[in-house]
Amino acid sequence: MIRLAVSPVSASSSRVIYDALKGCGIGLMSALPETWLVHLIRMADEDPEMILVRLAKEEEGVGISAGAHLAGVKSAMLMQNHGFLASINGIVSCAQLYRIPLLMLISYRGEFGERDPWQTEGGGVTEDLLRALRIPFVFLESQDHVSRRIHKAQTLAHSANKPVALLLCRDLMWEES
Amino acid sequence: MTRLDALKAVYPTLEDKIVVTIMGAVSAELQSIGHRSNFFYLQHAMGLASSMGLGIALSRPEHTVVVFDGDGSILMNLGSLTTMARYRPANMVHVVFDNESLLSVGGFPTATATGSDIAALAAAAGVPRSCTVRSIDDFTRALDTALKARELTTIVAKVEAVGPAGYVTDLSMLENRFELQKWLRQH
Repeated sequence: MIRLAVSPVSASSSRVIYDALKGCGIGLMSALPETWLVHLIRMADEDPEMILVRLAKEEEGVGISAGAHLAGVKSAMLMQNHGFLASINGIVSCAQLYRIPLLMLISYRGEFGERDPWQTEGGGVTEDLLRALRIPFVFLESQDHVSRRIHKAQTLAHSANKPVALLLCRDLMWEES
Repeated sequence: MTRLDALKAVYPTLEDKIVVTIMGAVSAELQSIGHRSNFFYLQHAMGLASSMGLGIALSRPEHTVVVFDGDGSILMNLGSLTTMARYRPANMVHVVFDNESLLSVGGFPTATATGSDIAALAAAAGVPRSCTVRSIDDFTRALDTALKARELTTIVAKVEAVGPAGYVTDLSMLENRFELQKWLRQH
């Protein structure tokens, strides 16, 4: 069982993010568990209105979101930045090729403050890869702008019919100094 | 059995189903029999046709989704079998045309040519029903049974490694994409 009680992952920030996604009409979330996402995945799991799809690998989520979009259901993808790295072919050759909006919430591991050495290479290339793929992105760093930025990201994803990314930053997601 | 003959045999059954195919031969052959607004051909993103079918099936349980996958494609996304099995939508049938090769790039043998068994992989992943068929009659019967059962099924159809001369059709990818979205809005 996940030890939520001792986790410094911010439950209150996760709640603000989750409520914003619900406010955007998100009805399906795909997710691959990662430490920073535990509360968000639990909230989706406990929400009878949400279709939660737990994945084996993040790239599957691109196909699932594409299917949901054509079927009229708004979706979001929860993943770590290494999951974004693992999804790139799907993002390019499914979502971008077919003009599918994707709302990607990417936990931004490996930036300043990262203690896990294994996260640091992925952290170092995340923004450059998003730019190379011409995926618009914004940082979620504090609770006061979360709702506004998620709504704006969702609006652009659907008006442009393309993937957008929200980078979930340490200051928002982690309560340990 | 050729894939084209197999597709022709089940074509009438597909009339009211949402069909998602992989790229290349499957797409070109189904279009040669007759495109419909409820058919979608994922022309790239190898491996994701089953994921896309799952996304549609979970989003719209009132519709039935038939995915036409291939051995090379599902081998690129074996995790999809475990995700499909986890949610096991009753309104989805997953067909894998297994020609034991990567036909469109020169016919190089896939792992099913050396013994990997996709129906057994699906069963081991937890897909409730799976089978392997080698004749047109067995294929049409397996698809009818799966549709009547209302339980997620993976049907592996062993087919000859032959395909059409070319893969590009008159239907543009974006036209196909917006057409299916519109069909799903209207039905």
